[in-house]
Amino acid sequence: MKEGRPRSFYVLAIFFAAYTLFLYGPMIAIYVLSFQGPQGGLTFPMNGVSTFWIAKLFQGTGIVDLGAAFRRSLLLGVIVMIVTVVLSVAAGMAFRRKFKAQSILFYSAIASLIVPSIITSLGISLEFRIIDDLIKAHWNENFETSMGLLTSGLGAHLTWTLPFGLLIMFAIFNRFDPRLEEAARDLGATPWQAFRHVVLPIILPSVIGIGLFGFTLSWDELARSSQAIGAVNTLPLDLQGLTTTVTNPDIYALGTVISAVSFTVISLALGTIHVLNKRQAAKGSDAGKGLV
Amino acid sequence: MDMSEEVLQQASPGLIPGSGTARAAKPTRLSPSFVSWLQAGPMMLVFLAFFLIPLVFVVIVSFWDYNEYQLLPAFSGRGYTDTFEGCIAQLPDLCTIGKTYLKTLKLCFLVWAMTLFIGFWVAYFLAFHVKSKTWQMGLSLLCTIPFWTSNVIRMIAWIPLLGRNGLVNSGLIKTGLINHPVEWLLFSEFSVVLALVHLFTFFMVVPIFNSMVRIDKSLIEAAYDAGATGFQTLVNVIIPLAKPGIVIGSIFVITIVMGDFITIGVMGGQQIAAAGKIIETRVNALQFPAAAANAVILLIITFLIITMMSRIVDIKKEL
Repeated sequence: MKEGRPRSFYVLAIFFAAYTLFLYGPMIAIYVLSFQGPQGGLTFPMNGVSTFWIAKLFQGTGIVDLGAAFRRSLLLGVIVMIVTVVLSVAAGMAFRRKFKAQSILFYSAIASLIVPSIITSLGISLEFRIIDDLIKAHWNENFETSMGLLTSGLGAHLTWTLPFGLLIMFAIFNRFDPRLEEAARDLGATPWQAFRHVVLPIILPSVIGIGLFGFTLSWDELARSSQAIGAVNTLPLDLQGLTTTVTNPDIYALGTVISAVSFTVISLALGTIHVLNKRQAAKGSDAGKGLV
Repeated sequence: MDMSEEVLQQASPGLIPGSGTARAAKPTRLSPSFVSWLQAGPMMLVFLAFFLIPLVFVVIVSFWDYNEYQLLPAFSGRGYTDTFEGCIAQLPDLCTIGKTYLKTLKLCFLVWAMTLFIGFWVAYFLAFHVKSKTWQMGLSLLCTIPFWTSNVIRMIAWIPLLGRNGLVNSGLIKTGLINHPVEWLLFSEFSVVLALVHLFTFFMVVPIFNSMVRIDKSLIEAAYDAGATGFQTLVNVIIPLAKPGIVIGSIFVITIVMGDFITIGVMGGQQIAAAGKIIETRVNALQFPAAAANAVILLIITFLIITMMSRIVDIKKEL
């Protein structure tokens, strides 16, 4: 149809490159600036190069109790990741058959994704306040609060990660060949065995993708946590609090450290997915080789 | 043991004959509908406890009364009357809430138009111009990775560029275009829109790209063979077929911007009023019924926008 590349290719390639620069440029700027010398300020030019500001974060003498917030965010992120993976895979399996309330669950997930976060967050905080009031009125006058990182905070994060998990499961099962499972069943596998030994290994790379979404979305979550996290702060909340007050590169250093965790998790997940895909491609298909 | 058997043994010891576990399975089978409930139930419970019931509470509390420091569980329209205070008295001028919503809708429209433009062409490039699957995946990943990193950091990232002594200002001064640093670059509506576009173009790219890769390439060839110009193909073939993605992306971007209070707060220097920001302000003042009333109003407006948009396309069919 066409010889070579059309002119539009080059125009759009430049557009795409500009978009990528727009995406990454500012981020790279703050990663660089977090290595300012001790006298450095919030903007370029660099005033020497050092790890002064990053070291300051870890000494605990800096702006926030980084260690505690870091541990809280990590704990919450890991729990959210595990719950998201398990519940999404389970619900994804359920959606392969028709069941009652299917559309209720589907629309709940979609609604949870698109109802503005501040509303969900406010709702959760009201719910827990009312629960607290009930407990104080009827059972224990000295009760403090049921709100917290692993109650209201966990719930708030799940309303954000689960819809993504479910949608990824839909995408997975859209291109999943159900005959593989039927074959397992014909060979006498129980539903659990068919899942554990046939379905799960095939979908595993995408399931790791769900885990990646679960962790990173929680690790960076802000809007839903804002009203629903209780007395303690997560790392992004601390960071947001700093934006109005801080005038030296601490804030960039904190940003760099948070991003470093994100990038480590992203590379680990993508690396694992890559290895699993390679293994599947190399060893997965034994079609025609005479199974067992 | 040949290669394939070894793999199978590793992956699924239960299936190799002789290990016998498959045969020893329990004879009792759970009914399929019960299994579905077990599988989908936990997720449903999470949405019930942390999304649906909280929404109900928002509506209920919006009709409660309040004083300076606590909720009073008695019916009252005060949350709403406080919110709409002066709306009739000040006519024909807009009251505070009216102005705020107008501002929010304006931001929303600007961000929507820009993310749509950028998102459409980025998706178009990825879907139609990048031929190799590996490159397509690599470049898509390049667009996705920032989505997995912190939004606040991506906002702060603009400070060294747009600030008073930032790169843009010092660059402009050096080239002699301006004498004094430009103030409206940061903590302004400009920086809010810029940051929102920066953060959320991703939500346009993904659904539009999804719609575009599903377009049968032979349709485009057919249009070309029938003598359509590139522009005619774009308007009459590609855009109609990419419409579901465009609508889904638009719903995402619009609902995010309508409820946003963090980007508008951080990038607007906490000075710009917006629909989501009112809710936050009311919560901070412990005026929960007023916050809830604002949340209900925001919910209704968001819902209206989504209903209008989903008239154009059946979301469920497109997933």
